Amino acid sequence: MTLLDVRGLTVRTTDGRTLVDDLSFSLARGERLGLIGESGSGKSLTTLAVLGLLPDGMTATGGIELAGTQIVGAPEKRLTAVRGRDAAVVFQEPLTALDPLMRVGRQIAEPLRRRTGLKGAELARAVAFALEQVRLPDPERIARAFPHEISGGQRQRVALAMALACDPKLLIADEPTTALDVSVQAEMLELIDTLVREREMAVLFVSHDLAVVAKVTDRALVLKDGRAVEKGEVRSLVGAPREDYTKALVASARRLESALDLRSTR
Amino acid sequence: MTQVDVRTPVPARKASPDKRRSRRSATLVVGCVLAGLIALLALVSLIWLPYATDDTSGGRLAGPGGGHLLGTDKLGRDLFTQVMTGSRIAVEAGLGSVLIAAGLGITLGVLAAFAQGWLDDTVSAFLDILIAFPTLLLAMLIVAARSATLGSAVLAIGLAQSAVVARLVRILVKRVLAQDYITAARTSGTSWSRTVVAHVLPNIWPTLVVNLALQFGLAVLAEAGLSYLGLGAPPPNASWGRMLQEAQATFTTAPVGALAPGILLVLLVIGVNLIADGLRDTLDPATRKRRA
Ligand SMILES: Nc1ncnc2c1ncn2[C@@H]1O[C@H](COP(=O)(O)OP(=O)(O)O)[C@@H](O)[C@H]1O
Ligand SMILES: [Mg+2]
Repeated sequence: MTLLDVRGLTVRTTDGRTLVDDLSFSLARGERLGLIGESGSGKSLTTLAVLGLLPDGMTATGGIELAGTQIVGAPEKRLTAVRGRDAAVVFQEPLTALDPLMRVGRQIAEPLRRRTGLKGAELARAVAFALEQVRLPDPERIARAFPHEISGGQRQRVALAMALACDPKLLIADEPTTALDVSVQAEMLELIDTLVREREMAVLFVSHDLAVVAKVTDRALVLKDGRAVEKGEVRSLVGAPREDYTKALVASARRLESALDLRSTR
Repeated sequence: MTQVDVRTPVPARKASPDKRRSRRSATLVVGCVLAGLIALLALVSLIWLPYATDDTSGGRLAGPGGGHLLGTDKLGRDLFTQVMTGSRIAVEAGLGSVLIAAGLGITLGVLAAFAQGWLDDTVSAFLDILIAFPTLLLAMLIVAARSATLGSAVLAIGLAQSAVVARLVRILVKRVLAQDYITAARTSGTSWSRTVVAHVLPNIWPTLVVNLALQFGLAVLAEAGLSYLGLGAPPPNASWGRMLQEAQATFTTAPVGALAPGILLVLLVIGVNLIADGLRDTLDPATRKRRA
């Protein structure tokens, strides 16, 4: 059963630039799809378009159907209902994705309260549980902290807990490990993998790094200048890339991996 | 007069936060003492005054001492009594103007921040024109339409300041709306109204409250100016501005009549500016006391 169906999505600016060009893909319930492409290829705009959250001065045309709701052209009220419930996002930069003036616990409590209707002590318990789920130690302390008082890896876990608090059918992860230390990246990927598996959530995993995508998803779409240049099994993309662009991505992932291997054996 | 001090989301601090905070809070304490002194005079004037405001029984232009702490004015009214009512008027003018400016300015500014395209341009141009419009002219128009009362003066000052506040709020809100955490809140299904209340207003608050404190000082000065010109509270209410005007002619022979209100005016304005300065860093989340 199709959860997300994107048909001929095109994103244009008011001054006439085409940033995403005739993009189509679909995602079934519980399925995982990678979105790969170099920086500026339109990955983030695609994910924002899925939730009807394009920046001012950009318009989407084409069809986006998310869990039965037509997103393009939908009124704000319907979009608000869809966001969080049908799809939630984890962003690249965990520091800026959290309100600097709000305690972490309250930021998670907000979507939790909306979904479950819990209040007071029960809500606080649910927040602590949500923090435990993303393997944060001492959840009570973290809940009382401001974002600048916890580490980058912890912030990204908080952001993940916030996204999961809505219990979405689709988790969109937009470069969730790019801003993290290499040592934390693997843990984060594994955490996402485990939590999503437990919840049977679908995942749209965005990254410029083929090696990272390969760890989480089976299928991937390669994006270049807003256009899909290749799609298919990650395994075959890596093994036998057809497009030059994909070859370059694979090569750079290889180079990086071998460099890392060299370092770890030294 | 608008110092737009826009906070970056994560202020990096070079100086040790603790040292900075203690120096800042010293500023805050001195400011509170100065402004508090005048606020105290104003409060006491509500329940007790040495003489009635229209009591002319003292000798004309008596010096300090005797039954009159600061002496009397040219009509034989007690100067300390006038200074006390003046404090009340000054505090009322500051609070009233800032209330109007905050209420109107924040509402307009938030709405303007959401406006787009031609509407955005129109609103900005309108605010710029309103800011360029002289407060004095606005006050004269309002006085002509109503009458010369403290209320008219406060209305004029408040309206003029609300344009300044609205322009500041518009910029601050636009800046916050572009932040990732707003998009993040929106992706989790937070409505616009909830986003404004929970995320936007708290994040513009530190900068805004500092500016409102500065506006308070400016409003006190503006009210003194207006009542100096006879556009403020009518007699026998002695606004500091009116006292200055009345004591002007006899300044060389009886300087206290002008010095007393002048000094208090300066003290109050310095006080609120120190408070504004102290608040600037006290409200900064990164230097705020760790409570976790
Ligand atoms: N708010 C914006 N205003 C104008 N152009 C933008 C904006 N956001 C992104 N773009 C442009 O759209 C293109 C795609 O951006 P994005 O989707 O963020 O790329 P990616 O996530 O793949 O790195 C880039 O060329 C970028 O410059
Ligand atoms: Mg991106």
